[in-house]
This record gives sequence, structure tokens and C-alpha cells, in this order.
Amino acid sequence: MPIDVSAAVVSNRPLSADYNVVALAAPAIAAAAAPGQFVMVKAAPGLDPLLRRPFSVFEVLRDSGGAPSAVSILSKRIGRSTAQLYDLRPGDRVACLGPLGRPFALVDAGTEAWMVAGGVGLAPFMTLAETLRARGVAATLFYGARAAGELFYLDAFRSLGVDLVLSTEDGSRGERGRITAPLDRRLAARAAAAPVMLYACGPEGMLAATAKVAAAHGRPCQVSVERIMGCGLGGCYSCVIPVRGDDGRFHHVRSCIAGPVLMADRVRW
Amino acid sequence: MDVDLSVRIGSLTLGNPIIAASGCFGYGVEYAGVVDLASLGAVAVKGLFLSEREGHPAPRIVETPAGMLNAIGLQGIGVRRFVDEKLPELRARGVTAIVNVCGTTLDEYVEVSRILSDADGVGAIELNISCPNIKAGGIQFGCSLEGTYGVVSAVRRVTRLPVIPKLTPNVTDVASFAHAAEDAGADAVSLVNTFLAMAIDVETRRPKLSNVVGGLSGPAIRPIAVRMVYECRQAIGIPIVGMGGIADARDALEFIIAGAAAVQIGTASFVDPCIWPRLLDGIRAYLSRHRIDRIADLVGTLDTRALDNEWISS
Repeated sequence: MPIDVSAAVVSNRPLSADYNVVALAAPAIAAAAAPGQFVMVKAAPGLDPLLRRPFSVFEVLRDSGGAPSAVSILSKRIGRSTAQLYDLRPGDRVACLGPLGRPFALVDAGTEAWMVAGGVGLAPFMTLAETLRARGVAATLFYGARAAGELFYLDAFRSLGVDLVLSTEDGSRGERGRITAPLDRRLAARAAAAPVMLYACGPEGMLAATAKVAAAHGRPCQVSVERIMGCGLGGCYSCVIPVRGDDGRFHHVRSCIAGPVLMADRVRW
Repeated sequence: MDVDLSVRIGSLTLGNPIIAASGCFGYGVEYAGVVDLASLGAVAVKGLFLSEREGHPAPRIVETPAGMLNAIGLQGIGVRRFVDEKLPELRARGVTAIVNVCGTTLDEYVEVSRILSDADGVGAIELNISCPNIKAGGIQFGCSLEGTYGVVSAVRRVTRLPVIPKLTPNVTDVASFAHAAEDAGADAVSLVNTFLAMAIDVETRRPKLSNVVGGLSGPAIRPIAVRMVYECRQAIGIPIVGMGGIADARDALEFIIAGAAAVQIGTASFVDPCIWPRLLDGIRAYLSRHRIDRIADLVGTLDTRALDNEWISS
């Protein structure tokens, strides 16, 4: 059941001139959230901007006793809502509804998890990595960004025991170019009998490219999509994406309730 | 003081005047986890044709100042699947269901209405003759007086359910359409649907909606919608269901004072899905404070007597 809370800002950490991580005191949401789920956030009251915005749950934070106390979101400043998020101060109140949507399907220790993140698409992988590592799953993060200064939280993933493969568009860190290139090579080098589950989140062009690479190597791939969303609850039918149904035909499904996690081979990109 | 919030629309009695607006609340069941559906006066479910429809490609919405444009294209599961898959749950949850009926032809409106009349658990039919986002049907009927009269009278002949045509504001004189609906046998009218509008990305020179144009809703349209409800109140005797940008109890009261017997909430429930008890509490508090026993006694009580302007003439 989603919960709507007026959550106090616990902290707001700028990561760069555009990226920040906001922690929101929302224990019930933190306790219920599964990797891949999202929250609908309105950073400030008022009519302009009017609607909430969807954000993946980035971290589930715990109090000194180990109980879930807060969720954080990773935001990139691109418009007015994200500018409001960037400027939040501790103690500010933020409307936060969640957890929402269908989470990632988890794998067991016999299967490797390869997470593929583009830019702010890193967001759902912190909780996924934590959960998978706790299950003993070997995990690799393929993480692409524009430049070295936009690769975040690398130490946090390393400390979870996640292998990192990095790329930047300008070559300032890791391989120059798109993250799908090293992904393609590594999949080609991997024995067909060794199971891998791909998890991808990022711009739709990157998701489409990842889906293609996954299909070429016959690997299952879960994608977390982001479409313009009105309500997050299935009421408005704004966030649809064409998905192949069991009847073999494509249908518009609401990414808020049928997703945000979808099987890549079912999506028409 | 315990106030009476009940509202009568034809043979239907609502427990209170707060209704979830069609197109903004799915089929109602989506909200069962966050909203006590039975606490609403009614739920107006998403518009239904005979067949399933996929609607328009994304992007389907875009925000504008104090509002939003939508061009969903009436995606829907069709009336038969609704009756089989959604209506039983609404009934079980004690929801008063107002079913929004669409059609590309007169016959389709009639057939969908007939199917709903035979189903168990439909409280009323809201006739969608005002969707601005589809090529055939809908607003074609709602933009001509003959079309409005024709659809309403044809549906009137096949159902005993209350019939509530939903009017478009995209006409010169909405009151004349309300009048045509009343003449045709409507039990009430609901207004307004969205205002035809558009938004452009100036960098790419592309429309921000895949359908190019869409319908504007939200607080931005509220003063126009209030005016239209007021105009209709003076033109017709049947109840009015008012809507357009209502975001709190005072907004709802504005519509009621202008002449609406009940109100619908759409865009605001996207922002705040738990808005419902706050609206009802606010209305109750207002009635108590003004010592009004029944919400019905507030409907259309706008005081337009000339203000005291003696100081001008003296």
C-alpha cells in the first residue's frame, strides 16, 4: 500500500552543480520499499510547478538501531521541480507518496546480476545492489555518464562488493563512449551456460540499446523506464509505453503500475 | 451540528457532493489502496466505448502554469470488460459509480448505455460529448445543439439511469447546450470538460503533446469554469455537476454557490491523491460556521444584489 507523507528533509547533499541526493524522513515508505520502486515527490507547495515528479528510491537509510528511517532520491536539475529539489534545506517539508510500482525481480546466487546505468539512471541500483549482495549474488555495475564528474557513489558500490565498469562520453574516466560497448564485449566473452540477469535504467535511447545487446546475446533484461507521469497510481494514463502482451500484440501499459520495471524484450522502443 | 451533505441527481442520491472526475481516477479500483472509495459521493470512471482503445502515443501530458494539458485519446478497456472486470469490485466496495460513456456514432452511445443499464451497480451515465482529443465522435456531438440534443434524447430512450451529459467549454454559449440537454431529457449536466489548448517546445519547434493539441485542466481554468456553471444555473432547472480546477474546499464551495449541486475533482487528485477527506471536512466546517443544515440549501445562492454604491452618487 502506498503511503503519502509530508516528509521532513533530513539532508540535501549536492554531488555536482546539477546532481543532488535528498534524504526524506519517511520510515513507513523506507520500510516498505523494494528495489526498483519509486516515490512521487512534490518539493514545494504551490501551483507552478503543479504536479509531483517520480523518483526511484535511491537509498533506504536506517537509524542507529537499524530500523528504516528515511529514503533518499538522486535528482538531476533539469527543470523547475528539480531546481526546487536541489535547493531544499534540512527541515523543509516535501510531499512524498510511495512506494509505488513493480520492483525488480531478484535473482539467486547462481545467476550474476549485471546492472547497466546511464547518468541519473543510477538511482534504482543502490538498493538493488544491497539486496542482491545480501543474497550472495555476484554483481557488476556498468555505469556510463557524460564525464568523470558525473560518476557518483562509486565507493559505495565497491564497498558492497560490486564490480565496476565505467564509461564516459568524453573519455575523462573509464572507456570513452557508451556503456553498451563494454557490456556487449563482456556478454560476448561470457559462456552461454553461465546465467546473467541484466538490469538497466537510464535514458530511453540507452535502454533501447541495452535491450538490443541483451537480445543479441540471448540474455534476459529488466528495464526501469521513466515516462512523463501525472499521478503514479494508474489514474491518469499519461505514462504509457507500448508493451507486447500475451496475445502477441502491443498495448499501451501504464508504466506507473505495470512498471516501472518491464522486461526489455516486451517493450517496443 | 450534523450537516446533510446528500445530493439528488434524478433518481440517484449521493452521500455527499464530492465526485472523482472521469479520466482522472482510472476505473476507481486503482485507488482502493489509498482512498476510501465509499467515502466519495461518487466515482466517475474513465470514458468507455464499445471496444478497447489504445489511445494516443506518449507524451500525453504536459504541465503549464497552474495546470496541465492532456491528450490521452480515451484509452480504455471497453464497456464489456468494464462490466465484467471492474464493476463487481466497485459494487463490492460500496462505490456509487458514474460511468462515462463515449461514442464515435450515435448508435455507439446508445449501445454502451444499454449495456450499462443492464449491468448491476451503475449509478448514473455521464455522456462524454466533450472530449477534445479524439478525431471522431465526442466533441462533434457536444459542439452542436442538434448533436447534443440527439445524443441525449437517444440515450434517454434506452435507460432509466440518470443521464448526465458532460459539456464542453469550447463553445460560445455553454448555457444553450445545457438547455438543449435539459430539453432532451437529461437529469443533470456536468461541466466543464477541458479547454482545447496547446504547448510548444520552442527549441525543437515540436508540439509538447503527440496529439499536438490537448485539453487544459487545473486551477488555471477555475474562474472560467465557475462563470460557465453560473451561466448554466440561470438557463436550466436540472442539477449541475461543476468542475474545473477545484483544489480545496473553498474552490468546491465557489462552484456550489455558483449553482453546482455536486462537484468533480480531477487534476488536484493527481497532486494529492488523499485530498478527499480534507474537501469534505472543509465543506462541513463551512456549513457549520454559516449555520447551513443542508448542502442543498447553499446551491446557487450567489448574492448578486448591487453593492452599496451610494458614495458614488452622493
